[in-house]
Amino acid sequence: MAVKSDPNENAYWLDDRSNVDLLVRVFYVVCAVLVLIDVFVGKHGPFSVEHWFAFYAWFGFIACVTLVLVAKQLRRVVMRPEDYYDR
Amino acid sequence: MTGEYTPGLILILGALVVPLLPGRVRSVYLLMLPVVAFAYLLTLPYGEFGQIRFLGLTLTTLRVDKLSLLFGYVFLIATLLGTIYALHVRDTLQHVAGLIYAGSAIGAVFAGDLVTLFIFWEAVAVASVFLIWARRTPRAYRAGMRYIVIHIGSGVLLLAGVLLHYRATGSLDFIHLGLISPGTTLIFLAFGIKSAFPLLHNWLQDAYPEATVTGTVLLSAFTTKVAIYALARGFAGTEILIPIGATMTAFPIFYAVIENDLRRVLAYSLNNQLGFMVCGIGIGTELALNGAVAHAFADIIFKALLFMSMGAVLFRVGTVKGSELGGLYKSMPWTAGFCMIGAASISAFPLFSAFVTKSMVIAAAMEKGYFWTWVVLLFASAGVFHHAGIKIPYFAFFAHDSGKRCQEAPWNMLIAMGFAAALCIGIGAVPSLFYPLLPFKVNFTPYSLDHVVGQVQLLFLSALAFTLLMRTGIYPPELRSTNLDFDWFYRRPGKWLMIVIGRWCEAAWTYCVASLARNARMIARVVYRHHGPGSNLARTWPTGSMAFWTTIMLAAYLVLSYL
Repeated sequence: MAVKSDPNENAYWLDDRSNVDLLVRVFYVVCAVLVLIDVFVGKHGPFSVEHWFAFYAWFGFIACVTLVLVAKQLRRVVMRPEDYYDR
Repeated sequence: MTGEYTPGLILILGALVVPLLPGRVRSVYLLMLPVVAFAYLLTLPYGEFGQIRFLGLTLTTLRVDKLSLLFGYVFLIATLLGTIYALHVRDTLQHVAGLIYAGSAIGAVFAGDLVTLFIFWEAVAVASVFLIWARRTPRAYRAGMRYIVIHIGSGVLLLAGVLLHYRATGSLDFIHLGLISPGTTLIFLAFGIKSAFPLLHNWLQDAYPEATVTGTVLLSAFTTKVAIYALARGFAGTEILIPIGATMTAFPIFYAVIENDLRRVLAYSLNNQLGFMVCGIGIGTELALNGAVAHAFADIIFKALLFMSMGAVLFRVGTVKGSELGGLYKSMPWTAGFCMIGAASISAFPLFSAFVTKSMVIAAAMEKGYFWTWVVLLFASAGVFHHAGIKIPYFAFFAHDSGKRCQEAPWNMLIAMGFAAALCIGIGAVPSLFYPLLPFKVNFTPYSLDHVVGQVQLLFLSALAFTLLMRTGIYPPELRSTNLDFDWFYRRPGKWLMIVIGRWCEAAWTYCVASLARNARMIARVVYRHHGPGSNLARTWPTGSMAFWTTIMLAAYLVLSYL
């Protein structure tokens, strides 16, 4: 059902690489702001780690990097050709 | 008659009429059934009804309380969503199977005793497999076979457990059971298979992505949530569920990151979300149980929404492989938008449903001081945003432009997705309207400054990790592949073992048959020797010799009678 793209179709804003770069830069700034406002937030959690500076921020970052790097290694063990079970 | 029959029967009996109805009438009828059942549900008072005498047992087919009602409501909402989404489908099999499946799931959550539960438990398994087979491909057929074997197995365990439990206690009531006896342990295992405990989980990732476009939406809603309901009813506060649930939240996300089939990614993330519910049930406090079932409610809707959006892609483009897709936002902007609402909901962004429901489970873990459980749940929360929140919309609708152009999803799919999206935002933005449905009184404020900021930090910095890994090329690319999971053990070594055992059985059988045949031939020879033509016993005797022997006998009799 899918057809190839039409050369005459409208140009999309996201097609322009510089626009994507702009979005990413805005996103970096937002992240930085989110980390910095941590100073102004009073914390009430029961665990002491929660009271560390921007705990959730760096936890999320480290968690995701770890997740991806481990998953990438997992591929070495579990990845097989697509038709593995059909052969 | 109010309060006499389980609302599931409306759908099950209603399904039987479906094949007789033509096109448009059928569509209206299909939409009407869940609405009628919902209206009936609203009239039900609390209590136990629908008692039936069966083999000397009293069965309670309809128990209405807050817990069963909550699942009843959301199952009917899911049925309606699934029906709207499938309005364009002209396949009687799917319509009938879908309704019987939904009806059985509803029957199961209103079951007041274990026998009724068992009957609907099996009906759920049997009806649902037709939604997989309805894809009508050899792959789907085989996946369906594996699915039904595992689910019937779960039913058999349940039945065995129920019988042991009945013998030990004399009770069939489906109330809190706890892991106290061999019977309840078997019941626990049966529930565990259906709620996809670690190592018992593979039927889910194996079968759901092979089902039809519309079938997967229904599948994602019912089977596992019936099991979650059953765990909440029978095993609340069973501590072993906490590590089980925590494992479930964490390990599927590694697979989700490297999986190429986006509907399979969603199946892994479904497994991960079930982990939060199982964990909540294990913690067992009022907050935790509220969180577990609230999250089940929210998950049914946002997972249906995500499966609907990927189903729409499959329907229009013919594939949902991440390696083949990209740039579809140009062709399917509405679908992309709804998908992102589903993604925001599952990722627990503030104002979206899981922000309220998942947080209850996490808050309950914190309240009880389960530090490591909390760490794992937090890791899984970051991970779910990573693989379901970002990966799904990104690789389908953005990423590099695959050059594929197609039509937007059909209007009925868009309406269903829009409806689901509205519910996701509704629960997240105005949770106070949702709280009265929960089994216990809610004393929880999700929208505190530290919670909102903490959650947004967690999510944004997870997204930052994704962005950096993507732009540095470290992120693993989507590759056409099969990833081995636990099902490998029964699909490869298990299969070989079966083949070897089969050969042994065949050899033993051949030997038995051959030796039997040898013996039979020998017996036949002996019989032939004595009874065959010309043998002693088959000879024809002259009449004279018979008269001679008769005279001898009579003479002997005469002599003996004088003695």
